[in-house]
Amino acid sequence: MSAPSEAALTREHGLDLLREMLRIRSFEDRCYRLYGETKIRGFLHLYNGEEAVAVGAMRLLGPADAVVSTYREHGHAIARGVPMNKVMAELYGKQTGCSRGRGGSMHLFDASKRFYGGNAIVAGGLPVAVGLALAEKLQRQSDITACFFGDGAVAEGEFHESLNLASLWKLPVLFLCENNLYAMGTALDRAQAETDITIKARAYRIEATAVDGMDVLAVEAAVRSVVERIRNGGGPALLEMRTYRFRAHSMFDPQLYRDKAEVEAWEKKGPIITLTTRLKALGLMTEDDYQRLEREAGAEVDAAVQFAEGSPWEPESDLERFVYAERTS
Amino acid sequence: MSYRDAVREAVRGALKADPRVFLMGEDVGRYGGSYAVSKGLLEEFGPDRIRDTPLSESAFVGAGIGAALAGLRPIVEVMTVNFSLLALDQIMNNAATLSHMSGGQLSVPVVIRLATGAGRQLAAQHSHSLEGWYAHIPGLRIAVPATIDDARFMLAAALASPDPVLLFEHLYLYNMEGELTPGLERVDLDHAAIRRPGRDVTLITYGWSLYKCLAAAETLAKEGVEAEVLDLRTLRPLDDAAVMASVRRTRRAVIVDEGWRSGGLSAEVTTRIVEQAFYELDSPVARVCTAEVPVPYAKHLEDAALPSPARIEAAVRSVVTRSGSG
Repeated sequence: MSAPSEAALTREHGLDLLREMLRIRSFEDRCYRLYGETKIRGFLHLYNGEEAVAVGAMRLLGPADAVVSTYREHGHAIARGVPMNKVMAELYGKQTGCSRGRGGSMHLFDASKRFYGGNAIVAGGLPVAVGLALAEKLQRQSDITACFFGDGAVAEGEFHESLNLASLWKLPVLFLCENNLYAMGTALDRAQAETDITIKARAYRIEATAVDGMDVLAVEAAVRSVVERIRNGGGPALLEMRTYRFRAHSMFDPQLYRDKAEVEAWEKKGPIITLTTRLKALGLMTEDDYQRLEREAGAEVDAAVQFAEGSPWEPESDLERFVYAERTS
Repeated sequence: MSYRDAVREAVRGALKADPRVFLMGEDVGRYGGSYAVSKGLLEEFGPDRIRDTPLSESAFVGAGIGAALAGLRPIVEVMTVNFSLLALDQIMNNAATLSHMSGGQLSVPVVIRLATGAGRQLAAQHSHSLEGWYAHIPGLRIAVPATIDDARFMLAAALASPDPVLLFEHLYLYNMEGELTPGLERVDLDHAAIRRPGRDVTLITYGWSLYKCLAAAETLAKEGVEAEVLDLRTLRPLDDAAVMASVRRTRRAVIVDEGWRSGGLSAEVTTRIVEQAFYELDSPVARVCTAEVPVPYAKHLEDAALPSPARIEAAVRSVVTRSGSG
């Protein structure tokens, strides 16, 4: 695993990373409560525990880069800069949501951020990411496509087809595998004969590294180490982010497949606690700073809930809009 | 020119007209296309724009969708509709949904060309007619060029559409010879076309079956029955207005569809006629479809399974007889 770099860590940078992770954590915790209150329906997959991956990776992307994500994508959307109001409104199914209430939790989109969703078929986003990257290459652009997916996706044919194609055509794709050890309830070692995902990527001649996905500095450093090479035409890379989801797979999961002790052990090395401890130890942050960031994140979520609650519904008369592109002429 | 030449000219014209257009698929480059449609194009346009792919239907169809999202105009050739099943996730869950699911922020202007149909003794796995199946899916446009004119110009219309378009080219038609209509420069993707006018019955069809209908109509004309032949051209959207206008004139309809009968396109067209023109019918709607079997290999069995002029004629005679004096 690559080592985190602390040498250049400043107070400002450290607090930025922590702020972003706290925004996501606070958002997800509120979603959990809102689901219980039946304000949010459908499937809901929370990102608690995996925040370092989205936050660390997204900081290295520019506004013209593209992002393809999964159904556990609230964190990706927020870290990408999709306004929290629009994400929350989408979960409420409101007109002001980032998909006008047609996508919900699993299908967040924001074309202005080049955030291409929100794909709820496991591995279904990988071929699309390959195509976005192909377009960049054909147009001689230097923008890259970051593609998030889980360890479950490596069992799908689309993973293998897409890695091969991206490598064969030397496309600017950053494959970001969030290995949280479970495909819903099936542990990686119960589904894969080879559990080291980097080996699978190397079989397609893709540079691949395993990263401590609970350490946002390690994530940042790992992405930094490959992103310029991808941008400069060096072909795709895969980073296997070893992480863990703290909450259930979805709101319908009694978690019969894992021990409470295992969850508790991972929580002790969670991304927020890890960074907080380090920043304090380096004297870059006080407990007051932490409290302030947490309060600010909570206030932003409060405002997002208020925005969503107060937003209008899409009229039923517009049900069939957007099935086909709307002609402006 | 042949139908194959017409499609090739369509692809070449699109590549010349718009730098955003490129062709990708299995064996489109060095091999020249498994039906020789893209022969010579690699030499003319180079490997970036005539792009051979591995046998990874899901990845390259999905890549076409991604490239379309990014503003390019990909033509994805899936060698045959049979293999498109390996890309069904991308077609159905991404191409068809992304515009709606993103609240109109995204559009997917990809064109997917597929060879379809039976008639060449290729047995069940290479003889499917699934265009009616795809026409079930909101978000897709389904077009079926049956004539030299449509083979030549439908692709441009499909590329001009901001929506995903599936173009189904019947494998039996590639060798068909014909002339382009002089002066024709474009066609649309919205309207059915009357290929033979007639007063007694409307044969509603598309694709290769068009020619079976035209042959049947010639035979029937000798018996004094004038059949109108309506080429649907697009299966989604269906041109209801053209169907109803013709059926209201002839008061009888026979639908000829190489797909299976149960739950198929012929069922959809029948239902629409019943919904919109029931009281103007002089006879129940009849259908000629492929027998409900996986298409078999042996020539006589395959012929027996598919719509034929003889079966179409028999269906027409039954509706004309049943309707009495009209």
